[in-house]
Amino acid sequence: MRRLFGPLLILSVILFAAAPVLIAQAPYEQTMGLIQKIFYFHVPAAMMMMLSSFICGIWSAIFLLRKKPEADRIAVAGGEMVVVFGLIVLVTGPLWARIAWGVWWVWDVRLTSALLLWMIFCGYLLVRKYGGPGADKLGAAMAIFGMANVPFVYISVDIWRTMHPKTTVVTTLGEGMAIPFWFCVFAFLVMYALLFTARVHLEEQRARVEQLFLEAGDL
Amino acid sequence: MFFRTALLVMRKDLTVEVRSREILYTTLFFAVSCILVFAFAFVKEGEVLGDAAAGILWIAISFAGTLALGRTFERERHAETLRALMLAPVERSAIYVGKLLGILLLLFAAELVLVPLVALLFSAALFSRPVLLVGLLAAGTLGFAAVGTLFAAMLVRARSRDVLLPVLLYPITIPVIIAGVRGTALLLQPNVDQAMVVMWLSLLFAFDVVFLTLSLWTFEPLMTD
Repeated sequence: MRRLFGPLLILSVILFAAAPVLIAQAPYEQTMGLIQKIFYFHVPAAMMMMLSSFICGIWSAIFLLRKKPEADRIAVAGGEMVVVFGLIVLVTGPLWARIAWGVWWVWDVRLTSALLLWMIFCGYLLVRKYGGPGADKLGAAMAIFGMANVPFVYISVDIWRTMHPKTTVVTTLGEGMAIPFWFCVFAFLVMYALLFTARVHLEEQRARVEQLFLEAGDL
Repeated sequence: MFFRTALLVMRKDLTVEVRSREILYTTLFFAVSCILVFAFAFVKEGEVLGDAAAGILWIAISFAGTLALGRTFERERHAETLRALMLAPVERSAIYVGKLLGILLLLFAAELVLVPLVALLFSAALFSRPVLLVGLLAAGTLGFAAVGTLFAAMLVRARSRDVLLPVLLYPITIPVIIAGVRGTALLLQPNVDQAMVVMWLSLLFAFDVVFLTLSLWTFEPLMTD
């Protein structure tokens, strides 16, 4: 994992240096104009947030049932990434909405579910930090229930009218927009992999220090 | 055997509660105080705003529920009886079901007072469709208590458990609150849209099934050291 860090870092720097150029060259959307370009970062960040929540939920279940500490390290990294990428989503979204809809926030299906998902994982981090002994198990349960919760929130808020652009918008992009969009998705994926490997590595090191500390205590 | 154990755990909890009535009285008092606060927030010149009554009822139930959950397990922690329960040679999930039944009965008892009180104070037509109302309340309370019992049990050994219970519980049980509030608000309309109420009710049932299953599945590994 550690060997991956250097190449990923270089690749991600190159990708994020090129992304603004591509985004600037992409055609303007007819009705929204410049503000639509926020979408090139907003949607990939939201994708990473969803991906991360599933990584956290699935590895939490593995940790809880198989009692493997390695799974817990992956789950923590996933949980923290949900909060980081969720923050990007929740900041870029209202910036766009202020221009496109005229308000910062509406209680709409996607907004509510994204906010709630973000809050569940904030709760997850709070529990892990302040739960004291056994906090890893508490957090694992929170992550599993949080993951199971997503469809319910989605269905329950879907019954209200939605204003948010549908996900199908991604598949109907014109060529001029599709290339920079998928480029950004790839850039976010590389950045995600970079942060993820770094975080898991950090957690491994921390576990090793703890182990050494315990061994030193025995001497 | 499973249900006998569950019933025994429930009977133990109820016996303790009937002797002191501590949780029921304090929870009810707290819920009524909540309602009073909302009465100042949502009543303008003698008129209740929109379908505020539905929201007030569900917030009172969930706040009271959190309090009751915390207290029930605080009692177990105080007397170190949860350890004794866990040492008993029975299925862990039966203990969970027993605790859940006890909390459900407690919350239903509180709702018996809260629902007429909200209907009376906010002149809300809550009883226009009693069967649907009972269905919504039962399914909603079950969903809330199913998750709540698991988390409260897990938190018994954690530091700062009083703060963490709401932190864990509220984000997870939001769908129950949404479905409960929306369903109850529909009942308050002059022409009740029965199909929509049934839709919310089925969503609550689906939630109950998924979260009860998950709780039964995770209770054992969570409560094992």
